[in-house]
Amino acid sequence: MAKTVLMKGNEALAEAAIQAGCRHYFGYPITPQTEIGAYLAKRMPEVGGVFLQAESEIAAIHMVYGASCAGKRAMTSSSSPGISLKSEGLSYLAGSDLPAFVVNVQRAGPGLGGIQPAQADYFQATRGGGHGDFRNIVLAPASVQEMASLTLRGFDLADRYNMTAMILTDGTIGQMMEQVTLESAEPTAFEKPWALTGTRCEREKHVITSLYLAPDELEQKNLSRFARYARVQRAETMVETYGMEDAEICLVAYGIAARVSKNAVAAARASGIRAGLIRPITLWPFPAEALANAAEHVRQFLSVELSMGQMIQDIELAIRCRRPVSLVSRVGGMIPTPEQVLLAIERVARGEAI
Amino acid sequence: MIVATRPHALTTAPTHYCPGCTHGIIHRLVAEAIDALGIEGRTIGIAPVGCSVLAYNYFNLDMTVAAHGRAPAVATGLKRANPESIVFAYQGDGDLASIGMAEAVHAAARNENITVIFVNNAIYGMTGGQMAPTSLPGQVTQTSPAGRDELLCGFPVKVCEMLAQLDGPEYIARVAANSVKNVLSAKKAIEKAFRNQVEGRGFSLVEVLSSCPTNWGMTPGDALGWMDSTMIPYYPLGVYKDRSAKEAD
Amino acid sequence: MAKWTILAEGCKGCGLCVEACPKKILCLDSGTINHKGHTPARMMDESRCTGCGFCATMCPDCVITISR
Repeated sequence: MAKTVLMKGNEALAEAAIQAGCRHYFGYPITPQTEIGAYLAKRMPEVGGVFLQAESEIAAIHMVYGASCAGKRAMTSSSSPGISLKSEGLSYLAGSDLPAFVVNVQRAGPGLGGIQPAQADYFQATRGGGHGDFRNIVLAPASVQEMASLTLRGFDLADRYNMTAMILTDGTIGQMMEQVTLESAEPTAFEKPWALTGTRCEREKHVITSLYLAPDELEQKNLSRFARYARVQRAETMVETYGMEDAEICLVAYGIAARVSKNAVAAARASGIRAGLIRPITLWPFPAEALANAAEHVRQFLSVELSMGQMIQDIELAIRCRRPVSLVSRVGGMIPTPEQVLLAIERVARGEAI
Repeated sequence: MIVATRPHALTTAPTHYCPGCTHGIIHRLVAEAIDALGIEGRTIGIAPVGCSVLAYNYFNLDMTVAAHGRAPAVATGLKRANPESIVFAYQGDGDLASIGMAEAVHAAARNENITVIFVNNAIYGMTGGQMAPTSLPGQVTQTSPAGRDELLCGFPVKVCEMLAQLDGPEYIARVAANSVKNVLSAKKAIEKAFRNQVEGRGFSLVEVLSSCPTNWGMTPGDALGWMDSTMIPYYPLGVYKDRSAKEAD
Repeated sequence: MAKWTILAEGCKGCGLCVEACPKKILCLDSGTINHKGHTPARMMDESRCTGCGFCATMCPDCVITISR
């Protein structure tokens, strides 16, 4: 039975992981994702699960690797600097085609940066984030409700495609409290015939490795992995549009920036400006088709980001640079106000540069 | 009556190890322990990065390969996810005592119920003979061509002595694979390290001093002699921690 | 009386068994080269083999089988 409660984004995500059947959490403390660990430290023992505070983010992601080898749903969570450390494990998970669920509650960088929200890990997340050719499924919630629902979906996607599903959110969404409806459906069951469960002396041994010393074999591995990625791109792209039916000015934003942008679009439309919003829910796969279609009637795109302009490159690629794309951003932990975004829309509507 | 033969837990694949490298002996001892305890069907091995990265080819077991140094973390994940499995990490000195020191120390501190076989041959073999964290003072390697200078490179890491200081681990022992007598002691220690896990006792690590004739620039026989004359005096053999023996006292 | 056999194709000719044999009845067979290019170990006088197993204990390639 579903129940509706008031929760912090990070806690809603953590509870959804329990609902998804995840019983193995490995993590290392870092702000602003600490509520996830704190919540699961209490919650995992109640459901017979494992909460383990690892010695480092590196160890935590490799513990996830181990639990995933055993065929179990496992997760870790961190924030930007910690995700850099986990990038090693992300690459090994990808190279071994193992499912995993990873959360990045982004803070401002680079380096230690700050602990306020940011969206500056977009490149890192959507390009894989480690060495070698690989991708993660990147989900970008824009509400506490989506922190929960995209977590449920993320675990399923990871298991369906044997790859990492990452929640890319930020300190605002993680820390804010909102109403959330938590489903209590049984988690989807996935067969994992490749798991390391012991041979029982009855079957051939299983080997999980990312090492292929023969280049032709490694090439084939990469090709088949990318064929799988292509299936993800075809089947799993998620996007929300708002006011796009007649939009001449199209804002593109995800997460907290999308919430701000939605307000600005509403205000612009109230004053007669035909603005709209495309909100990628999956950042990888990126909703390129929705953008390409929009470019048919949109005059100008605005990429609203909490970064110096990262997603803007994917927008330009998606529309093949057929229309101008400008950046509206705040960085360092600052968040653009709806007024700032509205101002940008108005200037563009008047044909001015921003 | 068969006195000696290949244990069942070893595959028949010829190893890629150099002639006289004692990795092969240590592999056999691990397989013999698995056979003796009847745990082949539920044992899962973790190969490291280093010469033994291909160890999964040589055991009749479910296996994976960890990133460099991370085998104890991977073992932790596997064991916590499926406590019925018997999980061992097989690691070299660069893997465990350099890049993976944190993972090894904390798995020990948590008394993680896993078995670690730590092969110390005082050199990086796979990459062609660079200085290891366990290379001896004065030892000539590719990256210490004038001999390891402690003032410049620091001192070798004595893993058993260090881990034995922790309250966590169950069993810490150092053995050597350089003589019949020492190999037989090593066999006992490795079997104990696996039996401890079967009995749920916790973290057991056996450091096995091993040879690297190729990168030491010695014949296989001389390499075993060098272990006796030089390596064992610096890394004394023995049991450094054994909680079950202490309880029995 | 012990029966000593070797899988000569898997032997790397390291000679550790030769050094371990207390009876000194093993040698590297310089007249044979296996497909890997090694000179495998050979039993010179099986009648003197006690089946102590020292050679197999020190064999890194697990190619020696002994029965008594």
